[in-house]
Amino acid sequence: MPEEENSDLVSLTIDGVEVQVSEDSTVIEAAEKAGVVVPHYCYHPGIPTRPAQCRVCLVEVEGQDKLQPSCKLPVQDGMEVHTDSDDAELARKSVIEFLLVNHPLDCPICDAAGQCMLQDYAFETGQLQSRLNEEKLVMGRDRIADDILYFADRCIICTRCVRFMREVAQDDSLVVAQRGDRAYIDTFPDEDLDNPFQGNIVDVCPVGALVHEDYLFKARAWDMDKTPSICPGCSNGCNVTLDTKENQIVRLKPRYNGEVNSYWMCDYGRKHLVMGNRGVRTEVPLVRQGGELEPMDWSDALAAVGERLGGIEGGSAVVSPDACNESLHYFRRLLDTLGVPADAGSYRVEQGEEHTLPGFPKLTLREDRAANGTGADLFGFRRVESWPEPEPGAPLFVLQETLREAPESYAEDASFFLYLGSHLSPAARRADAVLPVTTFAEMAGTFTNHEGRVQRFQKALQPPGIARPAWMVLSGLLARSGDGSPVLDAADAFGEMTDERPEMAVLNWGRVGLKGQTLDSGAGAEAGAGAR
Amino acid sequence: MAFPETHERETRTLLSRHMGEEEARTLDGWRERGGYGALEKALEMEPDEIVTTVKESGLRGRGGAGFPTGVKWSFMPEKGDDPHYLACNADESEPGAFKDRELMRWTPHLLIEGCVIAARAIQAEHVYVYVRGEFFEVIRILNRAVTDAYEAGYLGEDILGSGWGCDLTVHVGAGAYIAGEETGMLSSIADGRAEPRIKPPFPAQSGLFGDPTTVNNVETLSSVPMILDNGADWYRQWGSDDSPGTKLWCCSGHLNRPGNYELELGMPLKDIIHDVCGGVPEGRQVRAVFPGGSSTPILSRDELDCETTYEGLSEAGSALGTASPIVMDESTCIVRAMRRVAHFYAHESCGQCVQCREGTAWVTKILERIERGGGEMEDLDTLYDLCEQMTGKTICVLADSVVFPLESSLDKFRDEYEAHIKHDRCTATA
Repeated sequence: MPEEENSDLVSLTIDGVEVQVSEDSTVIEAAEKAGVVVPHYCYHPGIPTRPAQCRVCLVEVEGQDKLQPSCKLPVQDGMEVHTDSDDAELARKSVIEFLLVNHPLDCPICDAAGQCMLQDYAFETGQLQSRLNEEKLVMGRDRIADDILYFADRCIICTRCVRFMREVAQDDSLVVAQRGDRAYIDTFPDEDLDNPFQGNIVDVCPVGALVHEDYLFKARAWDMDKTPSICPGCSNGCNVTLDTKENQIVRLKPRYNGEVNSYWMCDYGRKHLVMGNRGVRTEVPLVRQGGELEPMDWSDALAAVGERLGGIEGGSAVVSPDACNESLHYFRRLLDTLGVPADAGSYRVEQGEEHTLPGFPKLTLREDRAANGTGADLFGFRRVESWPEPEPGAPLFVLQETLREAPESYAEDASFFLYLGSHLSPAARRADAVLPVTTFAEMAGTFTNHEGRVQRFQKALQPPGIARPAWMVLSGLLARSGDGSPVLDAADAFGEMTDERPEMAVLNWGRVGLKGQTLDSGAGAEAGAGAR
Repeated sequence: MAFPETHERETRTLLSRHMGEEEARTLDGWRERGGYGALEKALEMEPDEIVTTVKESGLRGRGGAGFPTGVKWSFMPEKGDDPHYLACNADESEPGAFKDRELMRWTPHLLIEGCVIAARAIQAEHVYVYVRGEFFEVIRILNRAVTDAYEAGYLGEDILGSGWGCDLTVHVGAGAYIAGEETGMLSSIADGRAEPRIKPPFPAQSGLFGDPTTVNNVETLSSVPMILDNGADWYRQWGSDDSPGTKLWCCSGHLNRPGNYELELGMPLKDIIHDVCGGVPEGRQVRAVFPGGSSTPILSRDELDCETTYEGLSEAGSALGTASPIVMDESTCIVRAMRRVAHFYAHESCGQCVQCREGTAWVTKILERIERGGGEMEDLDTLYDLCEQMTGKTICVLADSVVFPLESSLDKFRDEYEAHIKHDRCTATA
């Protein structure tokens, strides 16, 4: 929506509700503000053009003979709009009837069922009996990209996908082919859709015409839990929703944030996390006793580790740039307590090719393929290309870095090796104590993205075994030596962190909310723009 | 090739004066016939004067909508830094119409002259003539004429030493009805799909490449030189106050002498059919007529007294459209004729608006079923309902173009539909 403070306001009524909007708004935007949902297909707030071709958003405007497409119609002062007049309702109902003429009604096997705008509006207009007495057109399906299938029969030719590709991804490979009721979406002959942002066409599809093959037949929309989160794929910090079923991440969907990723996300991010379900997880604390790692409960394990730490001075540390701010905060505090020099802590960020979404350049798949490198910097960890070999005979502390790529001999000669992590790699098995911690999807916390925006993620999955968030484990460990008390809640951890860190004093858990807050935002600055 | 015989009531003195004369196609032949004289005159006039003259002549757009040409020109904004364009619609795709093709085949220089004069009036620096892709002969002739006109200085940078100039490009379409809709045509010229877009903005505000553009039909532009040559009053000696001048009538269907006839606007439709075109063959009677091409409401035998002016046909409940009467005699099954018309529009729908994309196809399927012999009486109610929902709710009027003839046929020939449904075959035709 346009920035309202930059333009004059006009007032109009939508179904009798008076509303004030900026003069460059359209009627559909004004209706939204008035709390009136105008059904629409071709209109998408993130796609610039408004072809007004689905004709389902037609509304009646006093003084105008014809029904008008509200997505395209500019507001005028004093306008009286009716979305619920007989004519408007009849027109809407008839568009749905027309759309169902060639629609296969295969909802029972359609991935979009339960999240389908055609299904929703068909229910809303209440047409149980079809007047159609003719055979439906059968068009079949096609693989439109490597991992995207196109079900032409379900397609309603709203052209959102074509326009997303053309206008936002600025890639002309997707087109409408043929015309009339034979029209379908296709690529040019012998050309493929191959764009790092093409997954968004599945999200913008209002029906089940475009589906991800990864997700095909995997879950029904109503069987999934949806949790607001942050994509950990790179340092951009795209706002996402984690769709989970039976304690597994089934898919990621972008979540609107006008300051970070708009309505979009990249394909790397989508795949990265679904793959993250793999690996050997740490489930219970393991403490080395007589050469063997022995499972223990948390109180025994913390007691045992606390005892060992009592006699330690100095050493070095490695952290993962995927650890959250709160965990890094308590880890830093622990290192300070143990007298580990500030420059003896390091982190390494996996690198990859950068891709920018031309229509919304703030959304860039960054070279830094980790969520919280900025956070690691902030807490004084040193960025390195490869971890320095730990000093022989000195202690080593590792937070969430899997050490998957570490040489087998890594930390061989450490005097004491403490490992807090969620996965158990060969190098990690060398540790004297393994404390199982949760992944970001199994906990709440914050990441700091590449531009210093601190964003919250929420708990979407149950952790395996008795794994706990690292900030909880670390604050418990510190409390044992009389340093504060154990923290059991992410908001409290965040509060202690921002109290102790002057550069984070501006942050506020509530204001960070679901849209984030930047470190340089003044006390009065608003966090994020309004979502749709 | 000889041009068909003329009729005594025909006014073959204006637009079609040189049809049938091979030499009129050439630049020299055209000049011998007084060609480009109007252009010379126009170059000495201010753009506003040209607009005023055309406004006063009352010339109305010959593409179908009949909007006054001079008024349309005056919608162009004041000339600033942005280029202005003239787009000549030579897509002539309405079933029944074949006048623009003949104009371009026989008198390509007349069109070029009209284009340049209009370009001067609206201060356009570039003219695009969008020709239907299937008009192979026309394309060849036009391209030849354009080349000659450039060489002779009627097109180009400095036309006839006036210090003013404009270019002309013949743009060949790929053959789609909807490319004849003005915004669809502009999109097609600019490399897009021929898809109409919502108005406003009108082409005069934002047209070709987003710049101010006027779209005129071939016959409209071909009428401009003679108006400039002879003046507005001279033009108004033909036709009525609201529909001045003459018009090419493309008469087809069950007629003894089908063809193009240039007639003064206002002749009763039945005279065109029975007198000019020699009536219907073998002594049969007229059953129905599409007076202005296949997208106009049909008229029954009892309604043919109407005057063939814009206002006269509108009073009769139809439209002058492209002035292309398609005459159907008693051997015509109305259901079948409507099925054929609906099929055409379903095939040509661009597919953007749901009502049109699905509606035209659905209507076609219902008509096909009735024709085949599987119709039910409720189908007629459904057809009326669909007609209602396809009218006035879409970006362009293609859906309405099915509704106009279909609804009028349901009104006027309901008994035939009912008999068809009852007997599962046509009983109206012998």
